[in-house]
Order: sequence, then structure tokens, then C-alpha cells
Amino acid sequence: MKKTMKTISRAVSLAAVAAVGFTLLAGAPAQAAVGEVEPIDLQWSFEGVFGTYDRDALRRGYKVYKEVCSVCHSMQYVRFRNLAQPGGPEFSEGQVKTLAAEITVEDGPNSDGEMFERPGEPKDAFPSPYPNPEAAAAALGAVAPDLSLMTKARPGGADYVYSLLVGYEEAPEDFNLTTGSYNKYFPGHMIAMPQPLSDGQVDYEDGTPNTVEQMAKDVTHFMMWTAEPKLEQRHRMGFQVLIYLVALGGILYFAMRKVWAGAH
Amino acid sequence: MSGESTYTPGNGFSRWLDDRLPVMRLVNDSFVDYPTPRNLNYWWTFGGILTFCLAVQIVTGIVLAMHYIPTTELAFASVEHIMRDVNYGWLLRYVHANGASMFFIAVYIHMFRGLYYGSYKAPREVLWILGVLIYLLMMATAFFGYVLPWGQMSFWGATVITNLFGAIPFVGEALRTWLWGGFAVGDPTLNRFFSLHYLFPFLIAGVVILHVWALHVSGQGNPAGIEVKDPKKDTVPFTPYATIKDAFGLVIFAILFAYFVFYNPNGLGEPDNYIEANPLSTPAHIVPEWYLLPFYAILRAVPDKLGGVVLMFGAIAILFVLPWLDTSKVRSARFRPLYKQFFWIFAAACIGLGYCGGQQPDKILIHVGDGGFDVTDLSRILTVYYFAHFLILFPVLGLIEKPKPLPESIAASVLPGTRQEKATS
Repeated sequence: MKKTMKTISRAVSLAAVAAVGFTLLAGAPAQAAVGEVEPIDLQWSFEGVFGTYDRDALRRGYKVYKEVCSVCHSMQYVRFRNLAQPGGPEFSEGQVKTLAAEITVEDGPNSDGEMFERPGEPKDAFPSPYPNPEAAAAALGAVAPDLSLMTKARPGGADYVYSLLVGYEEAPEDFNLTTGSYNKYFPGHMIAMPQPLSDGQVDYEDGTPNTVEQMAKDVTHFMMWTAEPKLEQRHRMGFQVLIYLVALGGILYFAMRKVWAGAH
Repeated sequence: MSGESTYTPGNGFSRWLDDRLPVMRLVNDSFVDYPTPRNLNYWWTFGGILTFCLAVQIVTGIVLAMHYIPTTELAFASVEHIMRDVNYGWLLRYVHANGASMFFIAVYIHMFRGLYYGSYKAPREVLWILGVLIYLLMMATAFFGYVLPWGQMSFWGATVITNLFGAIPFVGEALRTWLWGGFAVGDPTLNRFFSLHYLFPFLIAGVVILHVWALHVSGQGNPAGIEVKDPKKDTVPFTPYATIKDAFGLVIFAILFAYFVFYNPNGLGEPDNYIEANPLSTPAHIVPEWYLLPFYAILRAVPDKLGGVVLMFGAIAILFVLPWLDTSKVRSARFRPLYKQFFWIFAAACIGLGYCGGQQPDKILIHVGDGGFDVTDLSRILTVYYFAHFLILFPVLGLIEKPKPLPESIAASVLPGTRQEKATS
């Protein structure tokens, strides 16, 4: 028994050394950018082993996206039908049909070889404000990035996106702002996107105060879902898998002890 | 296989088959009755773990390939299609992507195990060389695979690595164009990388068969580093002893694997790879995946591009000749007091190189006046140490070191009452 404990403690300490080294390697690129401001560390409901999305926040976030962000940004990997899927905002099928029908989609060619326009259907992707990146750049001065994966495409993830949305402020006197706006959290602080949110901008139907912070939080929540629509399923399955593996590991451990009992 | 075959066919059919294709005999002699040293510790479970990793990568990869589209226009979107619309596509992709990292964690542990216990020494040189070959194939496979999602880091990583070949004198430019299938990383490059990414795992599987074959000719090494003298006393049958221990080790490893897949699936990746490849926009900081960082640091440590490329490939090539660089007759570091210390310094140097590979080369670590000691300086020191470890320490240590006395037998080293060397752990 004493020997087992010794073996285990040695294995644990070695594993710890390996883990530290490993974290150093994996974490190294993330902290590479020098002189950047750490994003605000928020508590999100989707964090942790049992993390799930807040349906109300997702629905409010969708409204903010639709009324504010989608004016300039595309979200090409999300389809209206996704809004009704489990683990998302979970709108009803009827609501999704109504939301989709608000847009017009070019379809075709029909049997006469003509392109035609039809109302949107749940299978359609969220509409892009510009037909191509060149058109976006021509109209906006710079390409507004697609938002489908935004919370996974920036170091700092959701915290960073939230911080960016609330990080607009007056440039310090000694800062030479040549173009765009000053943002505390944007790398280099000079961002092409003007401040997108202002208090009271989006009407919330559920009575939640529509402050910049609240709207930023909701739309970031929504963008986490668009980036990771299967997160709830993943967390649930992960817990089941871990329970299974721990139980199997326990059984195997005692089986092994029995098999090896006479051999060592 | 070492030792006499102990297989006796149980019934008429297996006797019939055994006369025509003795495959059951092979399985029995390799994985059931195969004598395995009784003193193996958990570091010896990583061979089985690596086999598991290869199988997982092949199975998930084949299914992913059914949904993936290798064109620059659609690659990124097809990966998102897998993540969003394919049934359990997110699971397949996260298992495959993290599986690559897990594969490398396991292979690094396996290799450092080999270095610590002298597993590369006679009569196991060929076994070791085949292992290095597998490692090289793994790196190539991982590199091809990382290009496929066609994110920013895929594209720019591929550009940086393929450009290295341009540094080769005379034929470099032509070679690079040939690799690309054009004048930049583009559609032909992506398509051939997909083809090669699908091919290479089967090459790995082929070399793995040779690796296991070579292992079964020489027999497994062991922590005491001495050969089996009396198979009855020194060994136990592979099944159940090694199978159950390997299974337990594998489950522990699977728990780490599951943690990453389910709770931190992007923790080992780069956020930039969730931005679609854009040849007109270079990321601020191009870095390879974590498992290639030490070599990237060596590459950048040399001011001359060709020199960097030579040293980077040399860092791997030197592993092939390691069995002949080490002059010590004693295998296990347990009985080599000096080597044991340098082993850990070497491990630290490798981790240090990995750290350097992930940082901006001009990042100052210790400020002195206006400048100071930066990442490039550290990488240079560590690169020199890396090569010195192989070219100077391995030959010299074996000559000057006074090893501790070896145990009389494997059995004596582990069975209670007969132990005499426990002080060395």
C-alpha cells in the first residue's frame, strides 16, 4: 500500500510538472500581445461544466444583433431554423417562420431560367448587409467581419467582445487618434467601428433595462451561441462521459490490483 | 516473436485456419502469452495509448472527410457545416482536433520515457529509429491537417512552412512552386494537403506494425534496463497483466482527453483559425500548434534562414543517430546519477524552447538598460544546449560517469525481500 501511495504521489507530481509545462506552452501565444488591456472578466451562464445559455439573454441578444449589428455585419453561418433548435434561443417554429419571412431572398433559376425573389424561409441564412466584402469595404471604409464565430475568433473570447462593446471612451490627450474611434480594449486602441451601442437604443420587451452594459452582455451571449450552438449538448455529454470513465477507471483499478496481487 | 509459440488451437476450425493462416497464433503470441517484464511502470502504457490515438484519428478523420470539401472557396464553410449541421459533427471535429494534441502529448511522454530509460540502446536501435520515423510522419500529418480548416493560421502557417523549402540553394524556388502546385498557397496546395493528410496516417500505421514487430523481436525494455534472464521469474504474460494495466492507463488518459474535448475544446488552438483564410491580411503573430513550437524556436534562433532550416530539421535528424552517440552501457537513468540530472535539464530546455516558439522573438525577458535579454537570446542558448546534449553530453557522460550497481535480475528489482536499489527513484 505504501508503495502504491508512493507511486501515485510520484505520478501526480510528474503530472503536475507536465501540466505546468504544457500550460506554459499552450498559454504562451495568448499572452503574447504586449501592452494590451486585459478584458473585463464577467461571469457567464455558459461557463463551467454545467454551463447553459440563458434563453432570455439569447432572445434579447438576437434583437440587438438584428437591430444594431446586422446593419453592417454578416452572420453567414447561422440560419433562421437554428433559432428554434434546442440549446439556443428556442423560438417556436411559428416565430422562426415569421422572422425569416421578414427578409427577401433571391432564388432560382425557375423553370423559365429566371431568378426570382421570395420571402425568407427557416432554411435561409441570416441576410448579409452587403453582397461581398468589397462592397462592405467601399461603403464602410473597412470590411466589417462576419460575426458567426466572433467569440471564438479573438483571444479573450466572450469577455473580450463584451469589453470591446463597452470600451469606447475619449482618447487620452497624448494619444494620436488619426482615424476611427478610441477603444480601451482594442489592440492598438484605434478601431474603425464607431461606438455601436448607446443607452436605450434597443427596446427590450421583457422590461430588462436597456443600458449599454446590458445590451453588450446580451449580444455577446448571443454571439457565443452563434459560435458554439452545440455547447449545451457538449457539456451534458461531457459530464456523462466523465462519469462513465471515472467509474470504468475505478473498476479497472481494482481489477488490476487483483490481477497483480501475486506478481509484485 | 521471442520465445516458443504457446498457441494450441482449440477446435477444428482454428486448427484448419492455423495450418493456412496462423493469424490467431500471431495474436496469441503477441498480445496474450507475450512475456512482458514484470517491473514495467505506467510510463510503459503509452504504447497502447498511442495505438488508441491513431485509431481515434483514423476513425474520426474518415467520417470528417465524408463532409469536408477541400477547396479554398468551401473548406472553411464545410468545417462550419460539420460543426452545425452534421449529426455529432461537433464531437467528431473536436475529438479529431484535440486528438492531434493528445497524440503528441502521448508521443512526447513515450519518447522522453525512451530517453530516460535508454530504450534506444542495443539491441533496440531499429525499434527507436522506426519510432523517430513515426514521429516525423506524425508531424507532417499534423501540419497537413492543420491547413485543412482554411483559417488564417492554416493559411499563414502553410505559407511560412512551405517557404522554408525556398531557402534550399539552387532548387529551393522550383521545389516550393512544385509543393504549392502554383505560385502561392492556394487551391492545388489545399487539395494535395488533403490527399496527403488522408494518406499519411496509413503510412504511420504501416511503420507502427514494423515498430511493434521490432519490439517483439528484442522484447520490451524495462525501468531497470537489464535484460530478461529467467522468463519464468522476470516476466509475466501480456494478458492479463499488461492488458489490464494498459487499459487502466488508457482510461486515465481518456479522462484528460475528454476534458479537452468537452470543456476546453479550443484551449489548445489559435483563435485566429476561426477567421477564414485571407491572403491579403497577415496575422500579427503567426505561430504553429504547440507541439511544433520548440522546432519553430530553433528555426527562429538562427539569423540565417537556411541555417535555421538546417538546424530545425537537424534537431529531429539527430534523434536517428542517438543510439550511437550514447556511449554508456547502462540503459536506465536510475543507475546513471549524472545523466539523470541532465535528462531533466534537457526536458526543461525543450519546454523552454516551446515557450520561446510561442513568444514574439523581440520580447524582452530581463530588462537591462534600453534593451535586455530577449526571447531570441534565450532560444539561442537553449538551441545550443539542445545540440550539446546530444553531441557532447551523450558521448562524454557515458565515459566519465560511474554508474550505480545494477540489480541482479528484473525479479530482484521488484519482488519484495530481494530489493536492493529502491533508493534510486
